[in-house]
Amino acid sequence: MLDETSRATLEAFADTIVPGNKRSPDDRAVAGVSPTGGAVAAGALELIQWDATGITAGLDDYTRSLNDHAREYADQRGLTLDEDVPPFVALPFEERTALVRVLTAPGHPEKSLWVLLALFCYMAYDSAAHLHTADAIAAGHPGLAALGLPAPDADGLWRFSSWSYGRPLARLHPKTTASGSPA
Amino acid sequence: MNSVERTDVLVVGSGFGGAIPAYHLAAGGAKVVVLERGPQLDPGEFEHDFKLGSSYTRIFDFVVGDGMSVLGGNCVGGGSVVYFAAMPRAPRFVFERRGSINRRMWPASISRDTLDPWYDRVAESIPITQQGWRDVSYAGGLWAAACDHAGRTANPVPAAVDTTACVKCNWMMAGCRFGAKQSLLLNYLPAAVAHGAEIRPLHEVQRISRGDDGHYRVHYMTVDPEDYRLTTGEGVIEARLVVLAAGAAATPVILQRSEAELGPMPYAVGRYFSGNGERLNTAVINEDRAREVLGLDRGDGTAYAAFQIGKGPTVANWDRLDGSLPEYTRYSLEQLYFPPGLGTILALTGGPDPMWFGLEKKEMLRRWQSWLIIFQMIEDDNEGVFGPPPARGNADRISQQMLGVGSLSYKPTANTQAAWAMADAECKEILERDGLATVTPWTNDLVGAYTVHPLASCRIGDDPRTSALDDRHELRGHPGIFVTDGSAVPGALTVNPAMTIAALAERAVPGIVRAARERGVQVTYGAPAPDGSTSARRATAPLASALLGE
Repeated sequence: MLDETSRATLEAFADTIVPGNKRSPDDRAVAGVSPTGGAVAAGALELIQWDATGITAGLDDYTRSLNDHAREYADQRGLTLDEDVPPFVALPFEERTALVRVLTAPGHPEKSLWVLLALFCYMAYDSAAHLHTADAIAAGHPGLAALGLPAPDADGLWRFSSWSYGRPLARLHPKTTASGSPA
Repeated sequence: MNSVERTDVLVVGSGFGGAIPAYHLAAGGAKVVVLERGPQLDPGEFEHDFKLGSSYTRIFDFVVGDGMSVLGGNCVGGGSVVYFAAMPRAPRFVFERRGSINRRMWPASISRDTLDPWYDRVAESIPITQQGWRDVSYAGGLWAAACDHAGRTANPVPAAVDTTACVKCNWMMAGCRFGAKQSLLLNYLPAAVAHGAEIRPLHEVQRISRGDDGHYRVHYMTVDPEDYRLTTGEGVIEARLVVLAAGAAATPVILQRSEAELGPMPYAVGRYFSGNGERLNTAVINEDRAREVLGLDRGDGTAYAAFQIGKGPTVANWDRLDGSLPEYTRYSLEQLYFPPGLGTILALTGGPDPMWFGLEKKEMLRRWQSWLIIFQMIEDDNEGVFGPPPARGNADRISQQMLGVGSLSYKPTANTQAAWAMADAECKEILERDGLATVTPWTNDLVGAYTVHPLASCRIGDDPRTSALDDRHELRGHPGIFVTDGSAVPGALTVNPAMTIAALAERAVPGIVRAARERGVQVTYGAPAPDGSTSARRATAPLASALLGE
C-alpha cells in the first residue's frame, strides 16, 4: 500500500504524462489542465502497483527521488513550495512538465528509470494494461474512449465488415514481379 | 555411462529459422528436439486484450538496449505468430550492398537470382497471397492515394494471410484467432511434429559446451509459464549438431555465453547488428482534406478515421528501391498499424517543440483513429554491438513478461541518420502536401531506435573478419553449429525480412544435412513442402545437390 505522500507524488507524475481533470476542487495531485480524465483517472496508480510491471517494489524510491528532484529544481529557480503537499505536487503543471523533461532527457543518469515509470503511466491511459480491454471499454475507460476504440463483438473479439475503399488508388511500381515483390 | 539426454539435432528457437530446418531434418529421419523459450499457445488462446498477462504480452518480447530496442517473438512459432505477415522478396540491389565494410556484404554464392528458387520453396510452403486493391485496408488505401497524389507509385504488399478468413481486426501481434495469418503453426511446425520432432516450450537456452564423442551440450533453464522472471529448473541435452535460431537479439548472446567453454567466437558474433533501418513516422490525417484532396469516402461520408481497421501493413511505396541510386538513399515507405501500449508513447506531437507526453500528446491521442503510421526501412550501417551477456536469457527482465533490458548498443552513424532524415522528409513531402496531414517521426530519445526486424548479429559472408558464418551458415571455427535466423542475414533489406530469413533457412538445410551425415546422423534431404507440394523442390534440386556435396 502506498502512503499518502507516495500516492499524491506518483499521481502528480502520471498527470504530467497524460494530464486530466481534477477529481474534486481540493485535488492537488491532478493539476486539472485538461477537461477530461487523464492517466490518473485511467488507472495509472492501479497499474504501477501491480507487481507484474516490475516497478512496484521501487515506488517508494521513485517518490523520494522525485520529491528530491522537485526540491532541488525549486531551489535552483527560487520557487517557494507549499509545504502542505509533497514538493513535486507543489510544483505548478508547467514546472512539473519541465522537470520531467529534464529527468527523461538523453544523458540524464536516471533517464531509464523515469522513462520506465512514464511508460506504465502512459500505458494505463492508452491501453488500460491493468484491465481486460473489453471490460475497460464497457466501463468507459477515459483513454480507450479518447482513442475511439469501439466495443468488440459479444465474444470479446473485434471484426470489421468494412475495411477497404475497394478500388485502385495508385499506379503500381513498374518493376513489380509476378509474385508482387520488388524486382 | 552417460545419463544425459541425447538427440541428433538440437534446434534453438521455433521461428522461421528454427521451424524450417526442424521440419526438413525430422522429415529426413533425424531425431530433432526444438527448445523454445516462450510458451505454446493454441489459436483459441490468442486474445484481443491489452491486459498484461494476455497473449499480447505472453508471446512478445521487448528488449530495451542502449540506442536500440528490439521487439521479437517469444512463443512457439516465434516471429511468425506475432508478425504482420508481409512477405516481399528483397530487391536485387540488396544482395550487392557493401555497407560499412566497403566490399560486398553477402556471400558471392547468394544473389537474388540464386535465392529466388528458395523464395519459391517458401512461397509453396507458406501460402502467400498477392493482395489486390480490395484486400487493402483503409489505411493502406489512404497511403496509396497520398502517394499517387504526390506522383509516386504504391503497391499492395504480398502477405501470408488468407484474405477470406481475415476479419481485419488488426490484432495480429497477439496471434491470429481466426486462422487467417499463415504462421508457422499452420505449416512447418505441425509437419515437423508429424515427422517426430519434439518441441519443448518454456525452455530457454543459456549456453553451449562440449560433450563426449564430438557432441555439443546445450544448457537450458525452464521458465515459469506466467512470470518469465522466474525459472523452474534446468537441464542439458547433448546433440551431434546444433541449429541456433533464437533470433538476432538472442542468438549472439547464447554464443557469447558459450565462449568460455567452446573457445573463441568469430569476431562478428554480436557485432554488425542491423535494425533493418527501421523508423516510424506518424501522420495525423486531416479528415476533410483526405476527402477533398484525395476523394476518399468509406461510403458513409467518413473519409478515413480507420487506423484501427485492417491487417498490419497493406501498401508500400517502393519508388526508392532502385539499384541505380547510391547506397543509403534506397528505402521503402510502408503503411503500418501499431497498436496502443507498444510504442505510441514514442510518437511526437507536431510544432516547434515536439513532445512525447503532456497535453498536446493527449490531444494527438484523441485523434488516434485518424493516425496513419509509415514504416521506413532504410539501409543502416550494421552499427549494433552486443555487450557482455546478462545473467540469463537475452535480457534482465523487468516485468513478468515482455519487458527487459538487454546489452545491445547501437549508435547510428552519419549514413544511417542521413538515410532516416531523407525518408522522414519524403514522408512529410507526400503526406503534408495540400494539408493532408501533420507528420512527425517517433523519437529515438527514450528507448533509442526501435526495430521489429533485428538482423545480422551473427551473419553469413565470405570474409571471416566481418562474418561469423560461412555461406553455408556454419559458425566459423565451430563445426556442427549452424545459425539460420535473422542474425544470419548480412544487413538491412529495405523491405520486411521474414521472406528472406525463411528462404535463407531453406537454402541452409542441405548444408546442415550434409554436416549431420558427416557427424554420423542418418538423415536424407528432399522433403516436399509441408503440405506435400513438390513443384518448387524440383527447381532447387540442382542447387541443393551442390550444397549437399553430391
